Amino acid sequence: MPDGSFSNPQQRQFNPYSDNGGTILAIAGADFTVIAGDTRQSEGYSIQTRYAPKVFRLTDRAVLAVNGFAADGNMFVKKVKQRLEWYRHAHAKDMPLRAIARLIQTMLYAQRFFPYYVYNILGGIEEDGSGAVYSFDPVGSYEREACRAAGAAQSLVQPFLDNQIYFKNQAAAPNQPHPAHLPLSDVLAIVIDSFTSATERHIEVGDGLEIYVVLAKGRSVQGLEGVRSIQELSTKSDGDRVFVIRRDLKKD
Amino acid sequence: MHAFAERFSTNSASAELRRAKDILGEDNDVSDVMWGSNAGFGSLARGIPRFVVPAVQDPSAFLRMHTDDHADPSCRIKIKHGTTTLAFRFKGGVIVAVDSRATAGSYVASGTVKKVIEINPYLLGTMAGGAADCQYWETYLGIQCRLHELRNRERISVAAASKFLSNLVSNYKGMGLSMVKGTMICGWDKTGPAIFYVDSDGTRLKGDLFSVGSGSTFAYGVLDQGYRWDLTDEEAQELGRRSIYAAGHRDAFSGNTINLYHVKEDGWRFIGNYDVSEMHYNGPGGTGGYGYDVRVEGRTSANPPEEVPATEA
Repeated sequence: MPDGSFSNPQQRQFNPYSDNGGTILAIAGADFTVIAGDTRQSEGYSIQTRYAPKVFRLTDRAVLAVNGFAADGNMFVKKVKQRLEWYRHAHAKDMPLRAIARLIQTMLYAQRFFPYYVYNILGGIEEDGSGAVYSFDPVGSYEREACRAAGAAQSLVQPFLDNQIYFKNQAAAPNQPHPAHLPLSDVLAIVIDSFTSATERHIEVGDGLEIYVVLAKGRSVQGLEGVRSIQELSTKSDGDRVFVIRRDLKKD
Repeated sequence: MHAFAERFSTNSASAELRRAKDILGEDNDVSDVMWGSNAGFGSLARGIPRFVVPAVQDPSAFLRMHTDDHADPSCRIKIKHGTTTLAFRFKGGVIVAVDSRATAGSYVASGTVKKVIEINPYLLGTMAGGAADCQYWETYLGIQCRLHELRNRERISVAAASKFLSNLVSNYKGMGLSMVKGTMICGWDKTGPAIFYVDSDGTRLKGDLFSVGSGSTFAYGVLDQGYRWDLTDEEAQELGRRSIYAAGHRDAFSGNTINLYHVKEDGWRFIGNYDVSEMHYNGPGGTGGYGYDVRVEGRTSANPPEEVPATEA
């Protein structure tokens, strides 16, 4: 109608969510954990930026990867970091990893009726010095695992990880059982191969790769020697240590 | 006494407390005030937690639009679903058996889910429907059960624990909690073994035998024909395992592995984790599969019938 009114009934919906693509993954070793994510952020078929980090250092022993709706993800990470700072001021120490995992559950579940559209993977070192990965659904159900992929290329990467980390559908050679944990150099190679392959076959994955490596207290840097473009992020050199490795992925 | 002087006094009440703490080896450099503060997260026991609700006309319609993957498989937020769970009561206690598959749409999101929630050493809860709803509220129930013990110097009964959960989730009736499929609260209290079925629309049932989830019909089939009150412990455990195997085999949304628990007078015990395909071909302990040999043995020369050792006359 000329006056701006409608002749037919109109329907409106509140849709505050969007999917910004990308993929994250984490693998736990015996005394280390690797957490990685690509850096492309897209909406539909257009790329919004080629560098939007999805993996964040929380403490010297905890790293959080966030995938899904970027706005929700950034807000969520900001709030987790705030709670961890409050904890530091109250208790004069960093929150243990399993406590951070439970904190993330309660924070996600507090939004049960208006969920954050985010898939979280928390990786780091447990108080006993073992590597650990916790994966979450958007409303806070969580589980400790040895490896997990989430995001756009989850269904491409997770089966590869099942095969290479859990040795699914692989028969062990006689008298040579599969190892319980892989060495760091093997894990890094698997992570890089996962992302180069996902970049080839998924349009929402690519541009850059950030790999965070958390080493248990007292562990040597074995497996990281000679790795290109690596940077240490830990605040102390005598506790658990965090490193980041940055790589390029194809940009087309 | 002056507060500052009291900190160094050796005969005041606070000094007594200090000595007691030293004996117990408790942390002395963290004050009680700190533990009670919000930043110390000492706010857990302060009643039911609060939830953020979107500012729209119908919040549950909003939630359904974005999360319900049965009505709309293309919706964005896929909440983990799945499942076959069962529990039954018999003379030797309660058997609880579950599968471990979680699906988001048709994707197998995880094959290693713990669907039995260990509320405390005498209480188990099962998970069917929304994973987060069950995990969160049954953990919360665990807190309340512990408080009940501290207040009443007595363990909470299974009936009371299940009623607490039932009241709790029915507060949110119609808001879209997806415990709709239901949970079973199992345990042993002074009345003996007990099972209660609780779901988020308010149903609470006491019973001897329940199976819940997408594979429940398959599990019931095996369970009903094998169930007796006077099953031995071994027979009962085998029945639970065999029933979940049946569901894992015939229901696409169930499978991967079986988790088996047995509740007795002295609390629950984890019996084991069994791979469903391993059960199909080899069975528990490699003593004969549930599904393969019974179908193919003797059908081809590659699978000759097992030789029966000649019995002595």
